[in-house]
Amino acid sequence: MLELTRLSKRFGGLAAVDSVSLVLEEGRIGALIGPNGAGKTTCFALISGFIRPDEGRVVFAGRDITGWPAHQVSREGLVRTFQIVQPFTGQSVLENIAVGAQRKRSRAAAIAFAAEVAARVGLGDQLDKPAESLPIAGRKRLELARALAAEPRLLLLDEVLAGLNPAEVAEVLPLIESIRAAGTTVLMIEHVMQAVMSLADDVWVLAHGSLIATGTPESVTRDPAVIEAYLGHGAAARLAGAT
Amino acid sequence: MHPPQSNRSVTGMASSIEDSAPPGRGSFSRSARSGQPAAVTHLLGGTMRSVRVLGAIGIVLALAPLVLHSDFQLTFVTLALYSTLLGAAWNILGGFGGQYSFGHAVFFGLGAYVAAMLQVHAGVPAWIGLVAGVAAGAAAGAALGAISFRYGLRGSYFALVTLAMAEVFRIVANSVPFTGAGVGMMIELRTGLADLQFESRRGYYYLALVLALVALAVGSWVRHSRFGAALAAVRDNEDAARALGIDATRVKVAATALSGTLMAAGGVFYLQYFHYIDPSLVFGPSVSVEALLGPIVGGLGTVLGPLIGAFALALVSQIATHLLGEAPALSMALYGLILIVMVTFLPRGIGGLGKLVRLRARRGRDA
Repeated sequence: MLELTRLSKRFGGLAAVDSVSLVLEEGRIGALIGPNGAGKTTCFALISGFIRPDEGRVVFAGRDITGWPAHQVSREGLVRTFQIVQPFTGQSVLENIAVGAQRKRSRAAAIAFAAEVAARVGLGDQLDKPAESLPIAGRKRLELARALAAEPRLLLLDEVLAGLNPAEVAEVLPLIESIRAAGTTVLMIEHVMQAVMSLADDVWVLAHGSLIATGTPESVTRDPAVIEAYLGHGAAARLAGAT
Repeated sequence: MHPPQSNRSVTGMASSIEDSAPPGRGSFSRSARSGQPAAVTHLLGGTMRSVRVLGAIGIVLALAPLVLHSDFQLTFVTLALYSTLLGAAWNILGGFGGQYSFGHAVFFGLGAYVAAMLQVHAGVPAWIGLVAGVAAGAAAGAALGAISFRYGLRGSYFALVTLAMAEVFRIVANSVPFTGAGVGMMIELRTGLADLQFESRRGYYYLALVLALVALAVGSWVRHSRFGAALAAVRDNEDAARALGIDATRVKVAATALSGTLMAAGGVFYLQYFHYIDPSLVFGPSVSVEALLGPIVGGLGTVLGPLIGAFALALVSQIATHLLGEAPALSMALYGLILIVMVTFLPRGIGGLGKLVRLRARRGRDA
């Protein structure tokens, strides 16, 4: 479904994303993890057309979409959410979601479909509220709902769980699982390890712009290189010595 | 992971559940007919509500000449309707699109000059001048929009470019022979519907009414259509709009073209009404200011804002003239003052007053 080949982006002297290659099969949930500043969000921006890569290719559903503008990538069925939620301020929850839904629909059909999607993510009773009046958990759901309303084939979720309390996280996890069950492939950036461990089929670990590990959640969390990336040089050896 | 934030969101959730409770108004109440949430029915019904309101206003204004007997009254309403037209044109791009133009005179002047040149040099009837002038406005809007938005201009940069563009056209019109240069252009008086000139003031009144209603109807379409939803999305968050498949540049260019079209119709009306134009009259900054002031005063990005604003301003300036006499720069100084007051205290305009009062009352109740 998604194939990145030696994708690279440099900002001045800094290699934000350095030759990242990965393949995500259709129907799976992939997770991109790594310490802060590892280049995960930049990676998303490169895939979704918000930033042009310096080198490398992005192939989505068999089509080379490298360098396409963001709106065209989205129209192909590759839709992203934002880490810092980006609601249409001044518009109601329903209006927000309807924008996502109107790509292939008339305005009226988009509004009706938006109400269905809102109910699916648990915003069904907040339709006429201004988006900015929602608490953080609600805004995250709104961000998700808007992207879902665009009926993506591949959904990029940028930290949809950040800032949620454990109870809220527990509510959103089955929602993401249900999105996959409905046929959408998911690639997420996530710091909440509970989510990564329980949802992800494939995990890629990014540090300083390059991939340092790939595999199942269980294998990467045992990988010494990953432990060192998170906890510092020598941490893996010390942990091994302690057990 | 972030306990303080999480706590806040929990309490935020609780309080938001409380204030979503006004009986019968919450989204949980379902309309008996469609079985859809009330919020859905409300949003779907927007077009019909606008059509009904605009229809009612149209009927009242169409009948108004029966009671407006003096020329003074008729002229007053005619000029307020003309001002509504300019405001409604500006509101498409500035209000619904959030792109503040300070140079809408460029479209106004083009409409007026294209119509005048065709009439004077080619001798065509005025209605063809109207069509050509409006087409010129559309083309100029598309071109200006394409140049500005292609290169990502927004906010004050876009405002400055439009301002400069209007000045360029004013200077050009002042310098070349076929526009009559500084002398301006005078069109022949030839009354009749096809010539868009009338013996009685009522003719101009109805011409202004039709143009203003068309412009307001276009605004209503933008407010409730798919195109308008895309435009508002780009206004409120361009990145989010692009992520949902909206071609932001194209949407803004289309809005500029639409706005320019209606503004050019204003220029043609001006030409037929006063029979005379010169570069400063039609490309000057006062035209641009008149276009943006109405919607800001009446309510930015609302269907009726331009109408409310235009009539409120016409009334204020009439009263001021009455009290203070005809000082030359008076109206501009007064407009400036009104603009400062409105932006500071009533950013939603007069039309937003009702909403503000409701919000205050609600906040008072919650506290």
